[in-house]
Amino acid sequence: MSAQGPLLSVAGIEVMYSRLALVLRGLTLSVPRGGIVALLGANGAGKTTTMKAIANLLRSERGEVTKGAIHYDGARIDGLDPSDLARRGLSLVMEGRHAFPTLSVEDNLKVGAYSRRDGAVAESLERVYSTFPRLKERRHQPAGLLSGGEQQMCVIGRALMARPHMILLDEPSMGLAPLLVEEIFSIMQQLNAEAGVTFLLAEQNAAVALRYATYGYLVEGGRVVREGPARALAADPEIRASYLGLDASAEADGASLAARRRPRWLS
Amino acid sequence: MGDFSFFIEVVVGGLLSGVMYTLVALGFVLIFKASGVFNFAQGAMVLFAALTFVGFLEFGLPMWAAFLLALAAMLALAVAIERTVLRPLVGQDHMILFMATIGLSIFLEGFAQLIWGTKVRGLDLGISDEPIEIGGILISQFDLSAAAMAAVLVAVLSAFFSYTKVGRALRAVADDTQAAQVAGVPLGFIWAVVWGAAGFIALVAGLVWGARLGVQFALTLVALKALPVMILGGFNSIAGAIVAGLVIGVSEKLAEIYLGPFVGGGIENWFPYALAIAVLLIRPAGLFGAARIARV
Repeated sequence: MSAQGPLLSVAGIEVMYSRLALVLRGLTLSVPRGGIVALLGANGAGKTTTMKAIANLLRSERGEVTKGAIHYDGARIDGLDPSDLARRGLSLVMEGRHAFPTLSVEDNLKVGAYSRRDGAVAESLERVYSTFPRLKERRHQPAGLLSGGEQQMCVIGRALMARPHMILLDEPSMGLAPLLVEEIFSIMQQLNAEAGVTFLLAEQNAAVALRYATYGYLVEGGRVVREGPARALAADPEIRASYLGLDASAEADGASLAARRRPRWLS
Repeated sequence: MGDFSFFIEVVVGGLLSGVMYTLVALGFVLIFKASGVFNFAQGAMVLFAALTFVGFLEFGLPMWAAFLLALAAMLALAVAIERTVLRPLVGQDHMILFMATIGLSIFLEGFAQLIWGTKVRGLDLGISDEPIEIGGILISQFDLSAAAMAAVLVAVLSAFFSYTKVGRALRAVADDTQAAQVAGVPLGFIWAVVWGAAGFIALVAGLVWGARLGVQFALTLVALKALPVMILGGFNSIAGAIVAGLVIGVSEKLAEIYLGPFVGGGIENWFPYALAIAVLLIRPAGLFGAARIARV
């Protein structure tokens, strides 16, 4: 692994679906080694498309990166097969908890180790079980019967089975109770601190995400409109008004970020 | 002979012929389960496999060598199909993939006959077709051997899916393709494995049916027999294909013997389809069709 430069860099990518709909229009971001970077934005802003572009999943949805480049660990990765990334230590936890419903929890986790050639899979399994003790209790149940929070743990555990250097975490808080959200985020923080796993975190819930992240990007209409250290973003009055719902006085300027956004069909 | 032992004989005969239907249906189910594609070319693969086997036999090879070579040909075919047909169509609608398999089936039928010729060939597997008597019931030795072969095949396949790493990955792909890719499962390889397994099944089905009907173009029509089996058992259930094959085999024989005389016979050929339509009305997903596991 080369030690210099960001671990992941996305440089000015454009993504088009069905050669028709331009969803990302020159999005740029970078994630330093060992960081937790948040990607914030409303529904439809392009967060999930960014994640899928990095993970090379667009092709199976008839989308493609038409401009720009994505580098991970010093090598260009757009154009690889999605399954190659797991071997390189980059894992995606997809939005919406994609556990394999008919496979048992343990089989779900074992699939996560598919790309590994070493014999230490059983050891990793135990480590995941000690991180998520509830998964161990349910190891023989089909994952489709787990609760939402347990499924989220199952897919994060599955990503960990590949022993990743970096995890792309897409909307982990979606549809979960606040306490569970805190639990999942603090596990993320623990993995970051203890195992040195780098995270790129896409979240609508900006309030929670900015508490755990070190740096943040705000995405609107397929490009980054604001970036900065998490603390600075959390203090920004416009972001507070539009995304955190905290400070109504910013509305007085009559120019929230959302209102200033140009209509999509003109840009 | 008593009425009852005659009844048993009909049932046993039906079960054994049902195994032959199951054999064909399994190939369809496997591919449908893994990729959601109804593989129209399964019948053509049966013909291709049987012709290849007989072709190698005609070179004077022993049966085991011809079998292994035909199997290798089917595996190579699976890899070629993945490269040239499936990979370029990733992400396309299922209907487009279905049409691609129609094209594939026409190509395979022509290609097989181009290489091996169009004349009807007999296939003698060395199993005598003399009925033997077990407990006062006459049973066809050939059907019995075919059933045993099918049972071994099913046991091998289900052990493969349940206990191997690739089998587990294959079930993961069937559940959620994108999530499996993200977890590091290479989709192209898995599809080649699935089509290879379907090719293996086609080879066994081709041998059994070829020995029955002769190795000829009509073998592709055997695939039609699999349709009612799949409708009855569900398109994505291996257990369903097995049970439904047996049910169809038994019910068509019973219908022929006991209902046939009232309508002048000839029921056997269409009874399975009538049964399939009845099932469609009552349980559209089939008896064993995917009841998706979901927490509400």
